[in-house]
Amino acid sequence: MELITPDFGLIFWQLLVFGILFFLLAKFAWKPIIQSLAEREQSIDEAIKLSETTRAEMAELKAGNEQLIASARAERDVLIKQAKEASDAMIAQAKLDAQTAANQEIEKARVSFEQEKASAVAAIRKEAATLSLDLAEKVLKSQLKDKAAQEKLVTEWMADVKLS
Amino acid sequence: MPIKTFLMKMYFSNIIIGLLFSFSSFSLLANEESVTHDSTQAHANVPATKEAESTKFDPGKLILHHIADEHEWHFFTVGHFHATLPLPCIVYTQSAGLQVFSSSNFKNEHHEEVPYNGFVLEHGKIHAENGEKVYDISITKNVASLLISAVLLLTIFIGIGKKYQDNPHRAPKGLQSMFEPIIIFVRDEIAKNNIGEKHYRRFMPYLLTIFFFIWFNNMLGLIPGGANVTGNIAVTLVLAIIAFIVTNFNGRSTYWTHIFAMPGVPKWMLIILTPVEIVGVFMKPFSLMVRLFANITAGHIILLSLVSLIFIFENAALGLAVVPFSLFMNVIELIVAFIQAFIFTMLVSNYIGSAVEEHHH
Repeated sequence: MELITPDFGLIFWQLLVFGILFFLLAKFAWKPIIQSLAEREQSIDEAIKLSETTRAEMAELKAGNEQLIASARAERDVLIKQAKEASDAMIAQAKLDAQTAANQEIEKARVSFEQEKASAVAAIRKEAATLSLDLAEKVLKSQLKDKAAQEKLVTEWMADVKLS
Repeated sequence: MPIKTFLMKMYFSNIIIGLLFSFSSFSLLANEESVTHDSTQAHANVPATKEAESTKFDPGKLILHHIADEHEWHFFTVGHFHATLPLPCIVYTQSAGLQVFSSSNFKNEHHEEVPYNGFVLEHGKIHAENGEKVYDISITKNVASLLISAVLLLTIFIGIGKKYQDNPHRAPKGLQSMFEPIIIFVRDEIAKNNIGEKHYRRFMPYLLTIFFFIWFNNMLGLIPGGANVTGNIAVTLVLAIIAFIVTNFNGRSTYWTHIFAMPGVPKWMLIILTPVEIVGVFMKPFSLMVRLFANITAGHIILLSLVSLIFIFENAALGLAVVPFSLFMNVIELIVAFIQAFIFTMLVSNYIGSAVEEHHH
């Protein structure tokens, strides 16, 4: 029975000691412990979150960079293509221009040659007429006695003249 | 009987020291026992009747003496040498007022109980010789142990608290890292799980205090020569009363509705249910009180009974079986020390949880 009969003195001391213990521990031990545990957990949590967002940002940045590089590359390709096209066009144009110029020159040369030729033929013809007149004069002068021979000669010349 | 007490103490220290030493000490104990017989026989010649009665080994008396409170701290007895620490007696009576004196005054040079200053110590209780009511608030063995545990708790946890305050974001070191997982365990597994995220914080100081108070006192009780503080009904009674007050003073409308008008049951059922619920309110702390008291006391009784076996059969060879088994039981008691602290704290937080629970049906 004594075992299960609470003792007044012990109840008194237990209340007192436990009360003081609770008060002191709550104020000087549990408060800083709980608070700094919570703070530490929060700071770890925040650090993890921060690293996660940073990682995401980095990935985003990397993706952005890649996109930028890709677009720059595409632009460069377009520019090169355009430049090539322009240069090709220019070369073609130049070729065409040179061709036309050359053709014109050739045409001009041909025309002037034709003119020269015509004028030369005319000059030769004129010369031949003069020569033949001179010759005829000489022949006439020397062979005019023989009438038959004269006629025959004239006929031959005339035939020759027609041929030329 | 006193020598047997000493031998028992010897056995206890052997259990703590370990199996290795215990084997060598059997022969020593056997020798001492023969010495005991000689000395008691020699002594028995003088006050023949009383000594003959006390040489008969009474395990029940011994065990009850060990688990009960006393006014002096008795460690061991060798022959006529009693290793006891006298403790201060503080008594109050209407006529004599408050009196403080040493408990050694109740013993004469022959270690016999004598009255002192109008007071007499009988069966561990102080009575006034004139029959007046005595308010005894002496520093008994349990109170002394209680104070030691309080000093231990304060030193350890205020020290740890300081470390947290000095560098709150650092990893824990030393004692701090030993207790941090336990503090977190109390917080996450006991408080958060039972009380809920919203309210648990304000109960943390209380829950941590009872957890470490019970655990430390359980462990101190397992030290040979230690007091049986948490196995004392007065101590568990106070813990239960505090739990009762904390629970019911934090009771919200949902809690009281569930007691006096359980929702969702027919009205006539309340005639039966309400008394049951009201009994439950008092039964909860009562079960807390009895559970802790019974578990710790039972642990002490088992250990003492096992060792007593050797003296009942008066056979030192029995120690070969008893010592390993007591060692095993001692380790179990270490686990029980933690488990009982855990269960007490968990149940208290469970009761608090039901008290602060908000209406959500």
